[in-house]
Amino acid sequence: MTQQLKLRRVAAAEGSFLRRLSADQPARAVYLALALLIMLGWLLFTLDGGRFLSQENIVGIQQRSAALGIVAIGQTLVILAGGLDLSVAYLISLTTLVAAEIMAGAGANVPAAIAAVLAVSALVGLVNGLIVTRLQVHAFIATLGTALIIRGVLDARYDGPAGSVPASFRHLGYDRIGPLAVSALLWAAVAVSAWLLLSRTRLGYRIYAVGGNTEVARLSGVRTERVMIAVHVLCSVCAGIAGLLLASRLGAGTPTAGTDGGYDLESIAAVVLGGTALAGGRGGVAGTVGGVLLLAVLDSIFNQMEVNSFAKDVVRGVVLVAALAIYARRRRTA
Amino acid sequence: MTGIGKSFLGVRVLDGVDLEAAAGEVHAVVGENGAGKSTLMKILAGVHAPDEGTIEIDGRSVAFGHPIEAQRAGVAIIYQELTLLPERTVAENVFLGREPVRRGLVDRAAMESATGELLSSLGEESFGPRDLVRRLSVAQQQVVEIAKALSLNARIVVMDEPTAALADHEVGLLYTLVRRLTERGIAVLYVSHRLREIFDLAHRITVLKDGARVATAEASSLDVATLIRLMVGRELDSYYPPRAADPPGEVMVSVRGGGNARLRGIDLDLRAGEIVGVAGLQGSGRTELAKALFGAEPFTTGEMTPCRPRSVREGIAAGIGLVTEDRKAEGILPHQRVRDNALLVARAIRRSAGTPAIERLLRRVRLNPPRPAQEIRLLSGGNQQKVVLAKWMTVAPRVLLLDEPTRGVDVGAKAAIHELMRELARDGMAVLMISSELPELIGMSDRIVVMRDGGIAGELPSGSTEESVMRLAAAS
Repeated sequence: MTQQLKLRRVAAAEGSFLRRLSADQPARAVYLALALLIMLGWLLFTLDGGRFLSQENIVGIQQRSAALGIVAIGQTLVILAGGLDLSVAYLISLTTLVAAEIMAGAGANVPAAIAAVLAVSALVGLVNGLIVTRLQVHAFIATLGTALIIRGVLDARYDGPAGSVPASFRHLGYDRIGPLAVSALLWAAVAVSAWLLLSRTRLGYRIYAVGGNTEVARLSGVRTERVMIAVHVLCSVCAGIAGLLLASRLGAGTPTAGTDGGYDLESIAAVVLGGTALAGGRGGVAGTVGGVLLLAVLDSIFNQMEVNSFAKDVVRGVVLVAALAIYARRRRTA
Repeated sequence: MTGIGKSFLGVRVLDGVDLEAAAGEVHAVVGENGAGKSTLMKILAGVHAPDEGTIEIDGRSVAFGHPIEAQRAGVAIIYQELTLLPERTVAENVFLGREPVRRGLVDRAAMESATGELLSSLGEESFGPRDLVRRLSVAQQQVVEIAKALSLNARIVVMDEPTAALADHEVGLLYTLVRRLTERGIAVLYVSHRLREIFDLAHRITVLKDGARVATAEASSLDVATLIRLMVGRELDSYYPPRAADPPGEVMVSVRGGGNARLRGIDLDLRAGEIVGVAGLQGSGRTELAKALFGAEPFTTGEMTPCRPRSVREGIAAGIGLVTEDRKAEGILPHQRVRDNALLVARAIRRSAGTPAIERLLRRVRLNPPRPAQEIRLLSGGNQQKVVLAKWMTVAPRVLLLDEPTRGVDVGAKAAIHELMRELARDGMAVLMISSELPELIGMSDRIVVMRDGGIAGELPSGSTEESVMRLAAAS
């Protein structure tokens, strides 16, 4: 009897899980597109006589997408709450420098450097959040403003790479465990935490509420300003983690690390590619991970087919616009 | 609530208003738009703080700085525009801001089962706690709002125009819900323009006018005429303007066999000088008919003269105007000035109207006060609607389609809009009016077209009874 009850409860729980996943239609669509793209890549490589699904290539994709992946998770949180963060790219550059200069090549300084990076990024996020909530400046302008301020600091203080990262810390960027890159595991950990946050905590529920309709959230007793501040802090911390990862890969702090990667616009692209509404309130982490992987696999195919970078960007742009047009169409007809 | 006063930007909105509600009572609050009803309710719900006066609940004085404090004190408010998140589930909406937590994580199972219990206690079985709110009808969403109020252990439930968005057959369900609330000893404050509902439901009625209380009386001691006199301060001897004496003129628009994804076999003539009413239940294709005639959701089959518009611009060029049902979302640009709203259509088709012309028009639609430079969102619903009408009058259409032209509009503005409609018809316009309010439809229309399942179910002459309209609309 109890056995039966338990079984039924498990079945119900599973049902709800599947329901929830299938309810997240854009996420499903992006993974479908990802599977098709991988098949296409495999086909092209096989015809070319190479191996697309080689361990080397798989690890390469992970390592190249981990930093963007982590930033995009943070960006997802801000966008879900109805905001946007354009300061992540410069913040990443800044945090690579903070990390590398404090580490100064000594393994003993690593914990202090990590703490400093997290503190600096949280502070930037706090400033973003306060500008948005207290000064009532739209997130687009607020974060553009902090981005310019950080750029000013970087331009004034650095001409090129500075500091150095000890060998012990470089494991983060380069090691792998079987077919899994350590950096990808870090990304996965961030993604899972964010997923838990969104689907299982009050803050997560409130992020959806504020993004869905700030006034509704406020009238339901949600302290909307705290939620906005929280997502900005979390997003900046994600950028800080990405900065640590990049420092580890580059071996030094670089004032152009973030902007070279185009992490600001790229992360927003990945988020909306994953089906999260730019206006907020709808979407999630799963879609963003799919979006980042889609961009990474596309890159990997281009790189190995030696397509020129112009064609690469054109295709990425087309993919992005097409995906959003498809989402818009599906929502209209649904 | 005693002696409540409130000013916005130096304008006195409420002046020494008293209001009380007893447990298990339905207390109706009525008044024209701008009388201060909504402001009073928002003060009770903690959205605004009063400038003066006190609020007592169970004999204890309270002051709310934030809606959440009012919630904790047992006040729940159900707004005119539903305040639900369409992309979240029913349970997530009911417990928004107060999700139950176990070991730091949201206890989804507890939340869903509690929501399920609330819904079944309200007799609601057509949807469940896990359904997305976006997929529910307006009436179902209202049930969610009420479940939310109950989950707050509300002792006082404020309902602001709860039937404004309901189809007629859904109103009965709301009555049942309200009675269930009062059976639990909850005091219901019921704000509405619809006088029939008020007499159906309310035990007591408080009338507000220009921010002050005019009267509080037992509902049984009042009749409709007295209530209207109290609200507008004058007798409305004839609720509707007289019909045209002349027979209708030439055919302005004619449709034969019109159809699209939502409509089929539409045969309809609209003549100069007549007001044609369109009745039908929600989903019967009323709004779709107007949008098809206008070209917003064009007919794909059938004949239409003078032309079958394939787009809004073609519709406007053919001399057709549409006043949409959802004023906030489709009718006005809230942050723009009255003048710019009124000029929207004229500018879109590159026909400009001078300032004096606009002022004349605003006076003609009885905008009161006619301030073209004011932001339209600061106006009452009735005045906003008058500006929307002025917007179409700038291009002098041959045919004007009105979808629920008096929804959310106070009694005085309603009468003004009715007069204006008659005036436009008399000047040779063909007017088509969709309305869910049968007395209005019967009082205004020269004939009534009844829609059902995307087609025209029949036509009734002026002076038909509500019963005959309903029979045609609901027949299966």
